[in-house]
Amino acid sequence: MAEIKFEDAIKKLEKIVEDLEKGELTLDEALKKYQDGIELSRACSLRLDSAKKKIDILSKNKKGDFELKSLDEKEIEEKEE
Amino acid sequence: MALSKEESRHIFTVSEITEGIKSVLSEAFSQVWVEGEISNLRISAAGHLYPSLKDGNAVLQTAIFKGTAKDIKFKLEDGLKVICFGRIEVYPPRGSYQLIIEKIEPKGVGELQLALEQLKKKLEKEGLFSLEHKRPIPYLPSTIGIATSLTGAAIKDILKVLDRRFKDVRIILSPVRVQGEGAKEEIARAINDFNLYNQSVTGQDRIEVMIVGRGGGSVEDLWVFNEEIVARAIFNSNIPVISAVGHERDWTIADLVADYRAATPSVAAEVILPKKEDLKFQLSGLVADLGSALDGQIENFRGVLEDFAHRLYLSLDHVLELNINRYEAGAHKLFLLNPATQLKIFQERIADLARQSGVRLGHILEIRQARFSRAAARLSGLSPLNVLSRGYSITFKLPGGEVVRDAARLKPGDIIRSRLRKGEITSEIKEVDLDN
Repeated sequence: MAEIKFEDAIKKLEKIVEDLEKGELTLDEALKKYQDGIELSRACSLRLDSAKKKIDILSKNKKGDFELKSLDEKEIEEKEE
Repeated sequence: MALSKEESRHIFTVSEITEGIKSVLSEAFSQVWVEGEISNLRISAAGHLYPSLKDGNAVLQTAIFKGTAKDIKFKLEDGLKVICFGRIEVYPPRGSYQLIIEKIEPKGVGELQLALEQLKKKLEKEGLFSLEHKRPIPYLPSTIGIATSLTGAAIKDILKVLDRRFKDVRIILSPVRVQGEGAKEEIARAINDFNLYNQSVTGQDRIEVMIVGRGGGSVEDLWVFNEEIVARAIFNSNIPVISAVGHERDWTIADLVADYRAATPSVAAEVILPKKEDLKFQLSGLVADLGSALDGQIENFRGVLEDFAHRLYLSLDHVLELNINRYEAGAHKLFLLNPATQLKIFQERIADLARQSGVRLGHILEIRQARFSRAAARLSGLSPLNVLSRGYSITFKLPGGEVVRDAARLKPGDIIRSRLRKGEITSEIKEVDLDN
């Protein structure tokens, strides 16, 4: 789940619900799908509560390569006009 | 300076007279406003502009030097009515004079307004605003690029929105000036840089959408977002662009080119970052759907199962019934075959037979007795002694003692014995009469 995007997880969840609703699965498959769905939803829920934003400043070094420098939000507040 | 008399003539050289004219004109028209219509606009290789101004009766040559030309917001075009400010200068090598323009503004409309309209027309013609070029804005992007001022209101507003919303997002900020000298170039470069940056990374590190904008301000403050270079950078971006210029009412050109126009930076953030509560609601809805979908599925299976169970029960019942019947039949047979039962049956039969034979024997005896009685009666009837009692006698011939039934068997002198009912007599035959 660390890799999967929240939106993709939601999409996957929607697909699972759709598959289940079609009712073409065997009971074992249906239970497996349900299990997968519950795990996905838990991961999503966890993600919702634990999400943190991260801010980087994009700049170029002398060689012309891109560099990202982490930005503390306070820096923005301090630079009040 | 007037030359009225030929004899007191003063002869100027061309240069002298030109110099004279120049000084007169320069002095008299050092700061003038002139109104006219642009015609015959010429642009030199060096970047100077040479429009003519005309009205119904006259033409005035003018020049706008490069340094001034770059500050003109709108595009000079033939036919455009303008008001110019400048000075008259004489150009001695040509013997001509012209208005050196220091300021030029369109007549009637505002300068910026005109510039905007002109650029709008041009870009629209090129298709920069057309809907077919609009890219979809990703929902819940993992990485967002923001091109704005580090010190402006926009970034603060966006971060504030983030705090209220689902902030599972990475922001890559490209700090740019958003007004004044160099702003348009910086903004255009930032947009371009985001695109270049994307070429150096993969997956979730890629910038999925960018916000380009600034907080609110006057029309002049926001002007950079009406610049062509910014518009083209937005148009050329591979990353979808949300314009977020802090003004609710008027659309900048950046707004027109952008894939999505947000009225303010906060709105831009809200568009791509949904509310946590909404997501939770969506999630719980999905979980509920998931549950009911499974329930439905299980219900289906249960139905099938119940059907089977019912059929199984029915067939079991059937089998049971068959077996019960067989059991009962067997049990009955067995009952019949039980020796005790057999014995009882035989006893009953014996008793039955005995009873029957008793009855029959009695009957037979009765019959026999009756027959015997009848026979005895007949017998007694047949006894010769009985006949004798009625007066008859039996005659035996002696000495043999045979019964005499025919007189012919006798002759006189034979001795016979006659038995009477009581006693016997012996007689001698005297005569035999055969005729009787």
